[in-house]
Amino acid sequence: MPPPGPTRLHLALTVNGEPAEAAVDPAKTLLEVLREDLQLTGTKHGCELGECGACAVQLDGEPVLSCLVLAVECAGRNVLTVEGLARDGRLDPLQEAFADLGAAQCGYCTPGILVTARALLDREPQPTREQIREALAGNLCRCTGYLQILEAVEAAALARSK
Amino acid sequence: MSATGHRGDVIGKARRRVDGRAKVTGQTRFADDLLPPRTLHCKLLRSTVPHGRIRRIDVARARALDGVHLVLTGDDFPIAYGILPVSQDEHPLCRDLVRFVGDPVAAVIARDETTATAALDLIDVEYEVLHTFADPEDSLRTTEPRIHDYGDGGNVHKAVSLQFGDVDEALAGAAHVFDDVFFFAGNTHLPLEQHATVAMRDPDGKLVVHSSTQTPHYLHRALAKALELPAPHIRVIAAPNGGGFGGKSDPFNHEIVVARAALLLDRPVKICLTREEVFLCHRGRHPVLMRFRTGVDADGRIQGMHLQTLLDGGAYGSYGVASTFYTGALQTVTYRIPRYRFQGCRVFTNKPPCGPKRGHGTPQSRFGQEVQLDKIAERLAVDPADLRLRMIAPAQSLTANYLRVGTIGLGECIQRVVARSGWREKHGRLPHGRGVGLACSSYLTGAGLPIYWNDMPHSAVQLKLDRSGGVTAFCGATEIGQGSDDVLVACVAEVLGIDPHDVRAVTGDTDLTPVDLGSYSSRVTLMMGNAAIQAAERARDVLAAAVARRLDVPAERLVFAGRRVFDSAEPDRGVSFAEAVQMAEAAGGAVGTVGSYTPAKSAAKFKGGGVGPSPTYSYTAAVVEVDVDPGTGWIVVPRVWIAHDIGRALNPVLARGQIEGSVYMGLGEALMEEQAFRRLPARLSPALVHKFPSMLEYKSPTALDMPEVVTDLVEVPDPEGPFGAKEVGQGPLLPIMPAVANAVFDAVGVRVDEVPITPEKILKALQAKAQGKAPRVGPDAFPDVAWPETLHVAPPWEGGDGRASNEPARRTAATTGGGSAVRS
Repeated sequence: MPPPGPTRLHLALTVNGEPAEAAVDPAKTLLEVLREDLQLTGTKHGCELGECGACAVQLDGEPVLSCLVLAVECAGRNVLTVEGLARDGRLDPLQEAFADLGAAQCGYCTPGILVTARALLDREPQPTREQIREALAGNLCRCTGYLQILEAVEAAALARSK
Repeated sequence: MSATGHRGDVIGKARRRVDGRAKVTGQTRFADDLLPPRTLHCKLLRSTVPHGRIRRIDVARARALDGVHLVLTGDDFPIAYGILPVSQDEHPLCRDLVRFVGDPVAAVIARDETTATAALDLIDVEYEVLHTFADPEDSLRTTEPRIHDYGDGGNVHKAVSLQFGDVDEALAGAAHVFDDVFFFAGNTHLPLEQHATVAMRDPDGKLVVHSSTQTPHYLHRALAKALELPAPHIRVIAAPNGGGFGGKSDPFNHEIVVARAALLLDRPVKICLTREEVFLCHRGRHPVLMRFRTGVDADGRIQGMHLQTLLDGGAYGSYGVASTFYTGALQTVTYRIPRYRFQGCRVFTNKPPCGPKRGHGTPQSRFGQEVQLDKIAERLAVDPADLRLRMIAPAQSLTANYLRVGTIGLGECIQRVVARSGWREKHGRLPHGRGVGLACSSYLTGAGLPIYWNDMPHSAVQLKLDRSGGVTAFCGATEIGQGSDDVLVACVAEVLGIDPHDVRAVTGDTDLTPVDLGSYSSRVTLMMGNAAIQAAERARDVLAAAVARRLDVPAERLVFAGRRVFDSAEPDRGVSFAEAVQMAEAAGGAVGTVGSYTPAKSAAKFKGGGVGPSPTYSYTAAVVEVDVDPGTGWIVVPRVWIAHDIGRALNPVLARGQIEGSVYMGLGEALMEEQAFRRLPARLSPALVHKFPSMLEYKSPTALDMPEVVTDLVEVPDPEGPFGAKEVGQGPLLPIMPAVANAVFDAVGVRVDEVPITPEKILKALQAKAQGKAPRVGPDAFPDVAWPETLHVAPPWEGGDGRASNEPARRTAATTGGGSAVRS
């Protein structure tokens, strides 16, 4: 029986533009810290093995699978989750389009797809459908058949350009 | 029932679903998003042998581990449960036998998942290994040991034999008889959300269970039984499901385990299954071997059909008795089949239990039927579309097996996909390697009978009208992503002439909401929708009476629209909806109404006739185009055209999503998905394990694989449906698999008579063809089955009354509901 003692590390990072701190088990993934320590349960998990894409978040602007990132690797870095997509009280055009066009059915894969699509549009404001398919190829969705998702990303790209 | 005289301000309009915002902001609270203070975590120890007797189980070391609060075993759960009254064959933790690798034998509840997992390693279990049943033919042959001590003898769970008219005579008189054997591999739902449950005592000490379940009402009943608690002291709250597809329709062992643990510890106890455990929960598509003997006239019209199915049920009953009947129930609903014999058999094997997956029992035999029709068309040199068009089941008729066909838009569906796909120019005319295939289907709009016998409504809705003008709609229906909350709100808003956003849906909570049987069998839109319309029309009547008195106009002249109640003869004369509620409240007290829905009695009075009846059937036709590389067998689907007889699309955005999602899931089943198992030679090991319980290796289509889909909604309102609506969640999946197989034949001239249709199988068939052998891959024979005595039921056109001539007298339909198979 190990004697009781400090087993947690202090972690400071930026989440959705705001400073966040937590005392975390060093074995925890970013996914676990977001959901369990920071109560940001918008980020989902479907496998915890990097296979489904449900846990995607942006780390310094790049989409990553938060189930494969150790939380302690994120010290001092910027994390964007679904909770941070809306700005100034307004939903992101992607969120509006996903809600309007049927791109979210059960909604479980939606947060991961939204942050992945946002990274795509930030990099490539007018992507082709093939580029969208490619960008979302690692995000599984079992409900929609993807087509309404692809259309929603296209609609959001158009809305952002106006 | 359907609301008449409505304006269509809400119904039929493409709208954002009511829960759309929650889903895109991450605010939808799924079961695993709940973490009440003081929550403990549960992990299950699962059997490592496929079939064995538990000789000894020692949990002492696990109990002693720091952080472990409770260890439970089968001794803590003496009561059996199961979804069907006839298959109460599960225990939350195994008590004696383990029946598949993954069957839970013990549970640890600890301060965190890591501690609970560590404690699992400290539990010692000793098994006496028993014979492994890996394939259904072994289960037919080998009667001892038995996996279960009930069923139809040996390891046969259920065997049925039904005949509607003299099929042998029909086949003898037919111009041609086609005899084909097909196999449909098992596959799984693969919802993105892993099953999760949180159980706790509420401040009153009663049990509350939040769970990712499609059937909170059935879970409520199972908990009351298995835990021996009064049902009123149990509250089940169905969290929004992160995908269900049938995989969250059974009451599950983990739900009962955490419920008992929460009661014993008086702390919240939570479990979230790993992805591997989700594969082991399964209840997915049954592997089905099937044989179709079909007699046709010179033009290809069916004269008689004899269908035999053999289902690999896995280790438990689940919905399996219903699944068995479903493999033979709906053949007659699409095409006129004057005489029909169905024999189905489900056996137990030592694999995760199969159950209901989207289409429940019907996709397998739909595959065989539609591929055989393609063979018939080819042999008789008839266009496959024309062959089908000339024998569509007549509208408003009874089938040979006493299913009541109402409206049928199948002909229109076929015409539309033929026209839009350019079928006439493509079929048989594309270059080698490219092809098109056509197939059709139909599906229930809700099962006509409940899981357990009762004569109460299948769905009920309660409305509370607030003097602010807000309306709350309460219903036990469960939101699994399909949009049931949106349907509920839309039906109420349409009738009351208010905005959907003015209505709050409270659903899936056994304490707060009236019973709806659950999100399965494509029943929710029709049954809940009709209940909602009834409740809303009653509310409208209450409001109209009060407003009519106040405005001094006849109530029947009042119109409810645009959040107003006004005189149709003088539209400026009216009040706001909120004022109308206030007038009604002043006149008669608080305004609340109820509505409910019970399906009509079935015409089938024979044993087994309870599976298949539905208030109305949906119909679908699809054309699939394929590119096949003749050198490698590699197959790509570039385009799908699909037309669905939906009656009426309540929200076309959601309807299209259901159809495209069905096409997607159908393509997964057609091309790649398979619940496969790995076995070592028996002399080395009895092991029988899931081959790839991971999302990476269990292949499912990605955004890169999804073809272009051209979707057509055929809208001829059905009088049984709410505003004329039929189902759309399951039917459109069914034609995809056979259409792919038929397209492969059109492309390269080989038959793959089984799914999934992989490049390896296509290549094997191409090689056989090149060697001058039969250009086919598929099963060769259907095994001998000891069928029970066949029940003989004369079809309606041969003087039948829906009863079997050789069945002992049964209670009348009024007391048996037409003979629910699941009670037999």
